[in-house]
Amino acid sequence: MNRYSKHIILDKIGKSGQEKLSNAKVLVIGAGGLGCPVLQYIAAAGVGTIGIVDFDLVEASNLQRQILYGTKSLGKNKALEAKKHLENLNDEITIVAYPFRLEHKNALSLFSEYDIIVDGTDNFATRYLVNDAAIITNKPLVYGAIYKFEGQVTVFNYNNGASYRCLFPQENTQALNCSQIGVLGVLPGIIGTMQANEVLKLILEIGDVLSQKLLCYNALNCSMQIISYSKNEAAIAAVLNNKANFKHTVETATCLSSNEIEAETALALENTLFVDVREPHEEPKLHLDNLLAIPLHQLEDNIHKIDTTKRLLFFCASGVRSLQAIQLLKLDKNTETYSIKNGIKSLLKYIKNEKIES
Amino acid sequence: MIIKTTYYGLISEITHCESEEIAFEGLAVSEFKTLLFEKYPLLKGTVFQLAQNNTILAEEATITNHEIALLPPFAGG
Repeated sequence: MNRYSKHIILDKIGKSGQEKLSNAKVLVIGAGGLGCPVLQYIAAAGVGTIGIVDFDLVEASNLQRQILYGTKSLGKNKALEAKKHLENLNDEITIVAYPFRLEHKNALSLFSEYDIIVDGTDNFATRYLVNDAAIITNKPLVYGAIYKFEGQVTVFNYNNGASYRCLFPQENTQALNCSQIGVLGVLPGIIGTMQANEVLKLILEIGDVLSQKLLCYNALNCSMQIISYSKNEAAIAAVLNNKANFKHTVETATCLSSNEIEAETALALENTLFVDVREPHEEPKLHLDNLLAIPLHQLEDNIHKIDTTKRLLFFCASGVRSLQAIQLLKLDKNTETYSIKNGIKSLLKYIKNEKIES
Repeated sequence: MIIKTTYYGLISEITHCESEEIAFEGLAVSEFKTLLFEKYPLLKGTVFQLAQNNTILAEEATITNHEIALLPPFAGG
């Protein structure tokens, strides 16, 4: 029996459909929680050319959900490790690994080599970059995103359809990626497999593509809701108008917002008050003389406890809630307020160990 | 009217519930958002879209349905 016989006997696929798969070129951005199941299923299905972009290395905490990797993969590049694993899965297809970071300067040339783009990235800056490059190169983009126990799937830029900027126009968002928060291991498996399904439907031209429809899945109650959204012509036109400058766009992922401060700098300042906005159970605790602990949600009610004549240095686990704290308090402009970038982790690097109770 | 409001992702952590009934006597999306911001000040700094009847609402739209969802973007992958 042929490797693809179960496909070929399906009326909606047949030999011609399998040939379409074999001729298709799919580029997967990010070989993490979402990328792994996408890659596994499209490789098994016989997608002829698969590109994998990922600069990152396999860490132990990835193995709970990034199913292409094992203990022996630790410390190795994900794109290269995924390629190795997939070549074992299917030796009849071509797999190209791009073991570097997707950036504005390399995205357009990379995307132009493929028919379909899959977004399996883990941060907003890269998601907007992937979206804009897909618009400029006119490629359909299969989007998946996860948060703890919930996931979203949709297809952008399909037959001149809506894009990520039509669904979520605001670029400054504070949701975290999976390295900073927990995620149920099987969740990216479910969402990534749905993305793989959309990829196959696009190639085979069967079924209804999830264009301008956002599928929202909740693993805890198994609810699935499909939300419609519309195309925003102006948002897409703005991306296309910027085409000439696209390659020269400075990457935003590492930019500091005006209120953010490096831990090292913060610790060197005088007349400071550190404010820990984490919940009481969060560890490790920090012991400093000039420290106040008020969880974010109690901050407004306890504003009187904060000495606003001091330089206020807010911190949390990652630097997200501390930024929210500043926005929330809207203190007088005479008060200097800062959010410590990367929060407690970064502070611990510069504070002597004996002060830490873990 | 009473609006059944459903919260997704990070939003449900700010509201400490996944859905609730909110009494609302207005029409505009902006009025409903103002009401939500009064109830949950942390929502002000949060990005989300409002959906009514399973469709994302434009800012200038009016609220006619009794079921609204607040959808934030997710970054994780």
